[in-house]
Amino acid sequence: MNPIVFAIVVVVVLGLAGGVILVLASKFMAVYEDPRIAQITECLAGANCGGCGYAGCADYAKAIVENGAPTFKCAPGGDKAADAINTIMGNATDDRPSLRATVICAGGENCGKRFDYQGIQTCAAAASIAGGPSACAYGCLGLGDCTRACKFDAIHVINGVAVVDRKKCTGCTACTVVCPRHVIQMKPIAPQPAVKCSNKDKGALVNKTCKVGCIACGLCVRNCPNQAIFLKDNVAVIDYTKCNGCGTCVSKCPKKAIQWVEGVPRSIDAPVPEHEVLKTRV
Amino acid sequence: MMSTHIATFATIFFSMILVNNYVLVQFLGICPFLGVSKKLDSSAGMGAAVIVVMVIATAVTFPLQIFLLDAYNLGYLQTIIFILVIAVLVQLIEITLKKYVPALYQSLGVYLPLITTNCCVLGVTILAVQDYSAIVAEYGFGLAYAEALVCAAGAGVGFLVAMLLFCGVRSRVEAANPPESFKGLPITLVSAAITSMSFMGFGGLVENIINAIF
Repeated sequence: MNPIVFAIVVVVVLGLAGGVILVLASKFMAVYEDPRIAQITECLAGANCGGCGYAGCADYAKAIVENGAPTFKCAPGGDKAADAINTIMGNATDDRPSLRATVICAGGENCGKRFDYQGIQTCAAAASIAGGPSACAYGCLGLGDCTRACKFDAIHVINGVAVVDRKKCTGCTACTVVCPRHVIQMKPIAPQPAVKCSNKDKGALVNKTCKVGCIACGLCVRNCPNQAIFLKDNVAVIDYTKCNGCGTCVSKCPKKAIQWVEGVPRSIDAPVPEHEVLKTRV
Repeated sequence: MMSTHIATFATIFFSMILVNNYVLVQFLGICPFLGVSKKLDSSAGMGAAVIVVMVIATAVTFPLQIFLLDAYNLGYLQTIIFILVIAVLVQLIEITLKKYVPALYQSLGVYLPLITTNCCVLGVTILAVQDYSAIVAEYGFGLAYAEALVCAAGAGVGFLVAMLLFCGVRSRVEAANPPESFKGLPITLVSAAITSMSFMGFGGLVENIINAIF
């Protein structure tokens, strides 16, 4: 036989044999996969951010179909994704929470420094050296680990403290995980006041370290018309099930530690802008 | 006689890991080496998948070369046929694992398509043929086949070792603060080069140790 023809025959036969084996294998060893898994994966945002608590979008879709996981966990996909998944799964409505990242610190340049930090420019590294460079042992370090963790460009360090852009934030919780000081928390989406301080020290000590730290004076607790604020570990805490967003605490706080969640942190010397004082729930 | 065989196998196995390490000395399979070495668990998974695929691919391609390509003077078809066979094999392994060993599929599955036509796997099969086909004529097919398989297993373990070592190096590099122009891939390549240079120091080591033992 002509050697060229023989070579062609060998390659073709091998290729065909391989193809036949694969076809047979995929027929006989096919694993049934619920078609809804692929459909739901399509509906999700596809960012693979892991904010839902599963190892990626496909894994979450699988958990919804096979284990009946909640359908509203895809924060980047938002209501649109949750509605689409409910349609596929044939669910009625669900009680989905809508939360956005909020930095529980307004320190930054308002907060003193214990030493000048020149090391690796990450919060994780700074926090592990002698308790961190900032005078406050609880506050934002402002080196932007959260900025780097955010896939949606929604959190930035402004005046030394991280600030969330609530229009861009999808609530995926990636920043809350990386923050070594745990000052980023999830708060309701509606405009609400937030206590922007995590300092658990006594008021006298807080006064020395930070201009906008909560000194646990209790003015907000006494003035809140809805009894939505209480003191815990020397910090005021707002109960969002009772808060109606009237803003009394924002104007009463002598240290400006209670601020509107989406506002840019202010120095204590700066006046509260009028539009923030009068803000009511929308 | 038996102990000389064991000595030969041991020499092949350990020199594939240290002296002829596919990644760090022969510079094959750099793509997964740089791509998957960021996390310890994924580099271990990738390494395990490479070991399995290398051994099975060599087990199939070596007899194919001896009894089909060499026997009918078709040596020039080696590359295309090996790629074809390895691609089919990897797909077959993936389907089989998915059906019968879902747990293993979960941990290895994502890496299997990545190594379908990886140069590291192709390199092992081709170099095994190059190195051991002469032994077929001298000592018969059985011994040559066994040596080729040991060589493939050693190459796989060498890949795993390189991945794990470099993963450790990389976790330090990620935490460091290199000059702006070096950030990302450049500093990774520089550290890969230094890791590779350290492996050059193993040259000649394994033969001497094995000879001393046996």
